[in-house]
Amino acid sequence: MSGWQAFGEFLRTDPRDVGCERATEVLDIYVDVVIAYGAEAAGRRFPGVAAHLRACGPCGEDFDGLLAAVTGTMS
Amino acid sequence: MSSFVEGREQDDLAHQAADDALVAITGKLDRFRGESRFTTWAYKFVMLEVSVKLGRHYWRNPPVPMGEDAWDRIPDRFGAGPAELAESRELAAALRRAVTEVLTERQRRVFVAIVVDGVPLDALVAELGSTRNALYKIMFDARGKIRAYLVAHGYLDPDGGVP
Repeated sequence: MSGWQAFGEFLRTDPRDVGCERATEVLDIYVDVVIAYGAEAAGRRFPGVAAHLRACGPCGEDFDGLLAAVTGTMS
Repeated sequence: MSSFVEGREQDDLAHQAADDALVAITGKLDRFRGESRFTTWAYKFVMLEVSVKLGRHYWRNPPVPMGEDAWDRIPDRFGAGPAELAESRELAAALRRAVTEVLTERQRRVFVAIVVDGVPLDALVAELGSTRNALYKIMFDARGKIRAYLVAHGYLDPDGGVP
């Protein structure tokens, strides 16, 4: 992916994106669905949260950290 | 935990986050509805406290601002290689015009801080006394405006590709 393409992807916005507040509210439920049924199932149940976690670096890091903490994979 | 905090400082920050998370969890116990496992619900507050603490901590030792050079380094941060040098310069110039022409003052301030100066979102939240959600919404709108500008001026295809 070129610099232009990567930058274009960064600028792309998803109208389903629910924002940080809503994503944080359900992050624990989202993580448990990922653990129990996989990321695709979590994305189907919470498409707006999945869209947000793809676009928001800090919330994405919170998701990764929470998933690592509850699955015991945190270094 | 973020690489800009290390050693004893990192331990102190982790302990403070754990203490504050415990207070938050205790205060919210009656709101736990069993929709997730209790441990997942509780760990979430630890994660959020760590993010808040890291955001505040950033300003104790912020990196030296790069000034005008920061604009030229944006393509590098999006993975542009040396072969894309001409394209990169074009990208930086087009972006700068878009930021100047289409963003509001508030959008410009937030976009430049995060994208040009590389300030972490949570650090900007701490500096502006705002919320992550509010600044994300500003960035969301700014991204859409800049993308529309770059498409209208032929720098990006509407489907996201490069013309």
